[in-house]
Amino acid sequence: MAEPLLRVEKLVRRFGGIVATDHVSLDVAAGELHAIIGPNGAGKTTLISQLTGHLAPHAGSVSLAGRDITYLPAYRRCALGLARSFQITSLLLDFTAADNVALAAQAHAGTSFRFFANARKEKALRDAAHAALDRVGLAHRADVLVSKLSHGERRQIELAVALASKPKLLLLDEPMAGLGVTESQGMVRLLQELRKEVSIVLVEHDMPAVFALADRISVLVYGRVIASGDPDAIRANEDVKRAYLGEAHVVTRHG
Amino acid sequence: MKGLSVSKAVTALMLAGLVLLPLYSYLSGNIFILTLFTRIVILALAAASLNLIMGFGGMMSFGHAAYLGIGGYAVGMLAQEGVGSGFIQFPVALAASAIYALVIGALSLRTRGVYFIMITLAFAQMAYYVASGLARYGGDDGLTVYKRSDFSGLINLSNRTQFYYLCLACLFGVIFLIWRIVNSRFGLVVQGLRSNEQRMQAIGFPAKRYQLVCFVISGTMCGLAGALLANNTDFVSPAVMYWTRSGDLMVMVILGGMGTLFGPVMGAVVYLLLEEFLSQITEYWALIMGPLLLLIVLFGRGGIMGLLGRIGRG
Repeated sequence: MAEPLLRVEKLVRRFGGIVATDHVSLDVAAGELHAIIGPNGAGKTTLISQLTGHLAPHAGSVSLAGRDITYLPAYRRCALGLARSFQITSLLLDFTAADNVALAAQAHAGTSFRFFANARKEKALRDAAHAALDRVGLAHRADVLVSKLSHGERRQIELAVALASKPKLLLLDEPMAGLGVTESQGMVRLLQELRKEVSIVLVEHDMPAVFALADRISVLVYGRVIASGDPDAIRANEDVKRAYLGEAHVVTRHG
Repeated sequence: MKGLSVSKAVTALMLAGLVLLPLYSYLSGNIFILTLFTRIVILALAAASLNLIMGFGGMMSFGHAAYLGIGGYAVGMLAQEGVGSGFIQFPVALAASAIYALVIGALSLRTRGVYFIMITLAFAQMAYYVASGLARYGGDDGLTVYKRSDFSGLINLSNRTQFYYLCLACLFGVIFLIWRIVNSRFGLVVQGLRSNEQRMQAIGFPAKRYQLVCFVISGTMCGLAGALLANNTDFVSPAVMYWTRSGDLMVMVILGGMGTLFGPVMGAVVYLLLEEFLSQITEYWALIMGPLLLLIVLFGRGGIMGLLGRIGRG
């Protein structure tokens, strides 16, 4: 088997006495959409933060395309092709949508130690920003301040920002959080498009969305991966049913 | 749009006033006003440099007056040692400020928020006490600059009008530079970091490097103000570095409007004129100044520039 795009091996992270990430191992193949699910407090965001470099693991390793990135700072990982969206929207509120996305493009287009030329007139950056905004269907809102955009629109900008850095791997931390039903459906359609272009790790609570999108699913409970496999295997897995009974109900009701 | 034009009109009026001031001083025979405004222009330059890190960069430096002292002492000490050429004094003043900013910035930028304010303040106070201890250069009493910087006949700093225009040209030059920087790639990154550091790190920008460079640029600009100030007063003493002076600069920036191009100039003009005017009326001028500033900060969010914008909108 070829080298996986992302390989996580025996990752451990403790907070005091609590083991939030307990020897987690998982592989994400190139082109795959890998979903990570689990009940609240299962350690999903902790795991994502270690993948992006916002949190250092206590043991284990993370490698991207064969390169060990376990202790690289966030900005270096980003340069290697790892982009993330935040569970709680994290954007530059006093900047326009286009500026937010153009900055992400700028981070990957040469040095930013340029002090004199007007960056907003750099056509390549503006075009990249527009393309990414267009991709998420927000081209018409390009010149609006992010603080004036709706929650749903901000979630889409998060995606556009991640896309503008032309990542190999996209880490999406609950992209549907707080979205209404129609907005969620729009997001699912969008992710279905995006997965053709980029590998995705998706952390999500919205079970119908996860089962519709994922190639593979890993189930995290109390910091441990209790099962990993395609959606059908996960649906049939007894351990998952037991650990996840509450939300299994939700699946049957909505799905 | 109309709000923009009101603040623009007032700004243009103020700039025109600054440019034409020597003419008024000449016609009215009022020499004092030229001296006063030379000081205002120099401190406006210092405030503008502080605004670059404070307003645009979100770095609340409470030790900016240190650069006034470093720039000033560079001129004063070289003059005392017999190096009178401005072509040497000014570059040394700028370089010394840049080096100080690099060291202080590298240490201070490890901290955030209140700690950053306190550590920049602490370093400036250290600079103050170091200057007080320089026995050879006057110590506590300060150092008299017997001869102003000599620019080999290119410009005569002892001529009030020429010196005023030199200071004004420096101010406009620095504001032009800040304008370019703020809209450049570098400037957008620095402002992005002010807005949301976590996000900027996540899209691939190492925060500290950009902030440190910005800190050094700002400090160097303020060093220029320091060199001019020493020439203006023919004197430099540790007092120019005292923390209250750093506070004055912060007040000017906040009063005029943080993160606006001409706000600090406006703030410096209003603050120093008020100080001058009120101190003529009463010895207890600070009692009037304090509440006045409080009102402007409370009700004029965004400083004078913000206020003008709202007046325009009605």
